[in-house]
Amino acid sequence: MAQHSGAGTTTAGHASGGHGPADHGPDNGDVSRRDFLYLATAAVGAIGVASIVWPFVDQMNPAADTLALSTTEIDLAQVEVGQSITVTWRGKPVFVRRRTEQEIAEARDVPIEDLPDPQPDEARVQEAEWLIVVGVCTHLGCIPLGQKPGDPRGDYGGWLCPCHGSHYDTSGRIRKGPAPENLPVPEYAFDGTLVRIG
Amino acid sequence: MAQPHFKNPIVRWIDYRLPVFSFMHHELHEYPTPKNLNYWWNFGSLAGIVLVVMIVTGIVLAMHYTAHVDYAFDSVERIMRDVNYGWLIRYIHVNGASMFFILVFIHIFRGLYYGSYKAPREILWILGVVILLLMMATSFMGYVLPWGQMSFWGATVITNLFSAVPLIGDDIVLWLWGGFSVDNPTLNRFYSLHYLLPFVIVGVVVLHILALHRFGSNNPIGIDAKGPQDSIPFHPYYTVKDYFGLGVFLLIFAGFVFFDPNFFGEPDNYIEANPLVTPAHIVPEWYFLPFYAILRAVPDIWFIDAKLAGVIAMFGSIILLFFVPWLDRSPVRSARFRPIYKQFFWVLLLDCIVLGWVGKNSPDAVFHGIPFLWIGRVATAYYFLHFLVILPLIGIFERPKPLPMSISEPVLKGGGQVSTGAHAKPMEKA
Repeated sequence: MAQHSGAGTTTAGHASGGHGPADHGPDNGDVSRRDFLYLATAAVGAIGVASIVWPFVDQMNPAADTLALSTTEIDLAQVEVGQSITVTWRGKPVFVRRRTEQEIAEARDVPIEDLPDPQPDEARVQEAEWLIVVGVCTHLGCIPLGQKPGDPRGDYGGWLCPCHGSHYDTSGRIRKGPAPENLPVPEYAFDGTLVRIG
Repeated sequence: MAQPHFKNPIVRWIDYRLPVFSFMHHELHEYPTPKNLNYWWNFGSLAGIVLVVMIVTGIVLAMHYTAHVDYAFDSVERIMRDVNYGWLIRYIHVNGASMFFILVFIHIFRGLYYGSYKAPREILWILGVVILLLMMATSFMGYVLPWGQMSFWGATVITNLFSAVPLIGDDIVLWLWGGFSVDNPTLNRFYSLHYLLPFVIVGVVVLHILALHRFGSNNPIGIDAKGPQDSIPFHPYYTVKDYFGLGVFLLIFAGFVFFDPNFFGEPDNYIEANPLVTPAHIVPEWYFLPFYAILRAVPDIWFIDAKLAGVIAMFGSIILLFFVPWLDRSPVRSARFRPIYKQFFWVLLLDCIVLGWVGKNSPDAVFHGIPFLWIGRVATAYYFLHFLVILPLIGIFERPKPLPMSISEPVLKGGGQVSTGAHAKPMEKA
């Protein structure tokens, strides 16, 4: 192949660099026609290769049935104030916490400037009582503790990641530790006591 | 062989330490190829390309397939409906198997017509037969994986062939199944082997090419190149010719994939396997039909019952190919110069097509008053007669036509520029 493309380059160089007297020869037209054919063939070949490579790349993307599983519906009627539940959405845990008045107040009283990833609590909830966040630490993907009653909740009453010690507050925002960002808020919508995530 | 000089300093640097570029240059650029090869010589490289296509699509399908009797069928349906472009990749794989066999059958008959198996290319030919056997094993096991009705019952019938082995037959079948019928253990081991064997094929293909490059390609005239005037470098002359053939082939291949993807398939295989119901008419994939016909054709022979005799005949029909280089006694390679052999070659081809046609039909069926069983018996007998009797006899009694002086001679009057006249070998003995 190296030799082949080398030969092609030589021909192309001869034709395109051709402003010298030698190029006024009778076979000049043939040389540039050959260049054109080379380029046209390569272009068609490249399109063909790209169009057959794409299916083989795309087959590794989520399949239609996998995408169809990407919404989860849950009933919140059984969740009391102060309780948390964990649901699975797209194979990941989602933390749903029915926050107490005190927890809401803690989340809203903190000065925005003190936060590593500044975001007001109001922007992170649709209804103040219900905090819904993806329960995956934004550092390296562990699941923070704090959902069960006996779990440590870290210094800010939210969650504590056991892997590398990231502390999250009652709004799921990062306060201390190596994690760079707040726990992400998924798209969701309330429908009575039901909530549809995704 | 002179060391090639590479202009690119990086290529030079690498090649000095790892001579891959020299190797490629030697095997493709310098590799002298007879200048009279026709398009029948395209099929080896086409088969190689299809092997790569099969491995690539197969590895991708393995990412989505589940080898379990409860999930296999559904996972294949999921590939067809839900996986992005899964339908395309599976249809390429399914039709690729048929294409592979078409190409290889043409490649084999090319070899038979032009005597490509003759000295010094016997091992080249034998390796080719080994590849054919490996392909048959691989495709059979691959056909079981979708776990449709034909998968299941094909697997049952083919594995039961081994029960014909005297004394230990039933134990062999039990061992093949890993149970008392074709079931989950069978499916799992077939999947494992179906993944393994293509790479074994690649290994044998490498040896096949190694043996080929020892003496180079045979050619339509069947005489050796007498000197440089009879050959041209493989690249670019035959790379271009192979590219053109590839383009034509891919059009046909794509035609099947996009416009009639189930042309070669059996509708019954879209019904999930049911161990309690056998389909009304079991047929193997088309490329096994001639062998299937031989299996069913053989009656009781002396003390050997029909079951064992059929199995022996079926395997024998392929094993026979190993001995073709020694069964054909004629020193002339190409059928162009063998007026008698040429006719029998076409009769053999017709015989194989008849066997395939018989294999497609039910053994009880009748064709214009002639039972298929008897057509199959005559065709089977002729197949063995061709290789065991006709081929050796033609070699003794046939009077070949005179061979040309050189490959160039019939094209360029006077044998081209025979500058190396002193070195030119005398005409091969006929």
